[in-house]
Amino acid sequence: MRLHGGLHIALLALLLAAPAHAENASRGSVQAKLSYCKDCHGASAQGFRGYFPIPRLAGQQTEYLENQLRAFIEHRRTNNIMFNVAHTLSPAMVSALAESFHALNPPPIGGAPRGLVEEGRKIFEDGVPDDNIAACAACHGPDATGTGEIPRLAGQLYPYLVKELTNWGKERGQNPSQPDTSAIMSPVAHSLSKSQIEAVAAYVSYLK
Amino acid sequence: MTGIRSTLLILAAACLAVCASARAESPAVRNCTWCHGSGGQGYSPAPRLAGQRAQYIENQLAGFRSHGRDNPFSKQYMWGAAENLNAGAAHELALYFASLAPRPANDGDADLVATGRTIYQQGMPEENIVACVVCHGPNAEGVGQIPRLGGLGHAYLKRMLEQWGQGYHLNSGPPMPDIASKLSASQIEALAAYLSFIR
Repeated sequence: MRLHGGLHIALLALLLAAPAHAENASRGSVQAKLSYCKDCHGASAQGFRGYFPIPRLAGQQTEYLENQLRAFIEHRRTNNIMFNVAHTLSPAMVSALAESFHALNPPPIGGAPRGLVEEGRKIFEDGVPDDNIAACAACHGPDATGTGEIPRLAGQLYPYLVKELTNWGKERGQNPSQPDTSAIMSPVAHSLSKSQIEAVAAYVSYLK
Repeated sequence: MTGIRSTLLILAAACLAVCASARAESPAVRNCTWCHGSGGQGYSPAPRLAGQRAQYIENQLAGFRSHGRDNPFSKQYMWGAAENLNAGAAHELALYFASLAPRPANDGDADLVATGRTIYQQGMPEENIVACVVCHGPNAEGVGQIPRLGGLGHAYLKRMLEQWGQGYHLNSGPPMPDIASKLSASQIEALAAYLSFIR
């Protein structure tokens, strides 16, 4: 496949630029593990619409990626596939992978219904004050790129966002005795209606 | 005399039944079922087409015409077969075969099914092998242009997985060459066995 040659060069460049704390994971194994992640998440981690929607990791906040991998391992976020993947990763590997994904910047794969975008933009920028729903932009940033532990939403897959917002309480924060950052989103996800979820998901999915 | 007469009558009825079912298929479809089996259920080495995702069939026909799909049997049989199929005809044939109810081949080694199921549903993270279920679905039914694998013949599935590893191009999704290349021979056998029984 045509991308493969360029992909190896890109990976080499990424590894040569990797920060000091990632050196504990040997270069060969980070490269192999990254390639494995990309089998599902896409050659540039842009995401993929498989039978299940596989989210974009490219450009994601490193702290958010590390938190999610830990949440999978500790079963605070329910996903059998990702538990299997994550529990084999050392902390050094988690950091190295997060840095690698953060550095990628492919265009969004798109595909969401265009007609919902305008309503989605209003919800994203202004919230829904009557329903006590804060503006997403307030935390996720006006360009939806997130910061720190708050994830980037720009360019995320439409069906993945819909699924996450719809199933928030069933998938995240599954250990009540160990509340995590997912708790912040619970009221928002719960309050948004189905059509509001679809609208805001469509809007951010097109953001670069 | 009576015995021979009734035998002849039975033979005649049988011939009529076979000819009738053949006549029910259009000439275009019959060009396919000569090799792909009555009802498109497959006839080794030609895979089952019945119940396959229409977009996948269409993509493969395009791959045969462009010679992008270059594994040996494709080159030997399908390049010629698809040569005169324009996009419209390919589309119609794809829709037709997609609409037929698939029958599972049930021809894998039953002792390998449990191992194959584990690889399919959970992957093998320590060996960097992904879980097929994520793209191909819980019942290996596929979606969109991702093919249905459930119930295909085990020899065909095995050949496909081996051929990616050998560097052939199968007009597939981008990660398949990388994924298949990592599978060992016994893992391929197990997957092919498991999938061949899925209804």
